[in-house]
Amino acid sequence: MSMFRIFDVSGSAVSAQSQRLNVVASNLANADTVAGPDGKAYKARHVVFQTELMGAASAAGVRVAAVGEDSTPGRRVHDPRHPGADADGYVTYSNVNTVEEMVNMISASRSVQNNLEVMNTARALLQKTLQMGA
Amino acid sequence: MMQRLSDGLEFQAQALALRSERQRLLASNIANADTPGYVARDLDFAAALRDAAGASGGAAGAAGAALRTLRAGLASLPLATTALAEGDLRYAAPSQSNLDGNTVDMDRERASFADNSLKYEATLRFINGHVRTMLDAMKSHQQG
Repeated sequence: MSMFRIFDVSGSAVSAQSQRLNVVASNLANADTVAGPDGKAYKARHVVFQTELMGAASAAGVRVAAVGEDSTPGRRVHDPRHPGADADGYVTYSNVNTVEEMVNMISASRSVQNNLEVMNTARALLQKTLQMGA
Repeated sequence: MMQRLSDGLEFQAQALALRSERQRLLASNIANADTPGYVARDLDFAAALRDAAGASGGAAGAAGAALRTLRAGLASLPLATTALAEGDLRYAAPSQSNLDGNTVDMDRERASFADNSLKYEATLRFINGHVRTMLDAMKSHQQG
């Protein structure tokens, strides 16, 4: 019964999206982190999704292939009184783009909802299939 | 006689298998809505059903010998249960191009998904009706 594969496919998508949500959460939590003693501030992280075939060509799940770091330079603010300021009086914050992360979060949440609904529909259809002929 | 009764059921069974196959395909598209480079795929249901029905002798092939239909019915069984061949799948034409190469159109996928679930359920009802008809035909008139 190929319908059972839907749970694998949508389940993999939900797990991948929740990992994305996790990364968004850590990015947002570190949005205002300043550079440590090594001079390197927190770098935003992004998940890389990849299609993963599940048995058949028509069952394509998702997996997180990698979690990469954003390479854009951190935000620099001139604040000589700040304890984290460098010799020129600049403080380096993390390179997290809060607006982007919020959009990412909404997109991930919508995707999770979509996949859960797919699973619910598949479950209802399978339940009706089990009652076939009764 | 019996074979004519089961022919219609066999056709519906094949339609059901193809519907579940398409359901899985649409679920894959929805799952990969955020995967860069993923190309949405769909099934030409009419053509696939014609192929499947043709392989088994079809619902219209009433004149065939019992042995032939039996053999064809057995031959069509793996087709209905295993995955579709790569050639049966079509690529969906993107309505709006995306920078990351993903061609999943969520509105269309959701609509197709709802449409397919409804038709899956309809096929289930056809099968149930068919079974009930056959059961009624088997009953003696005293049983009512």
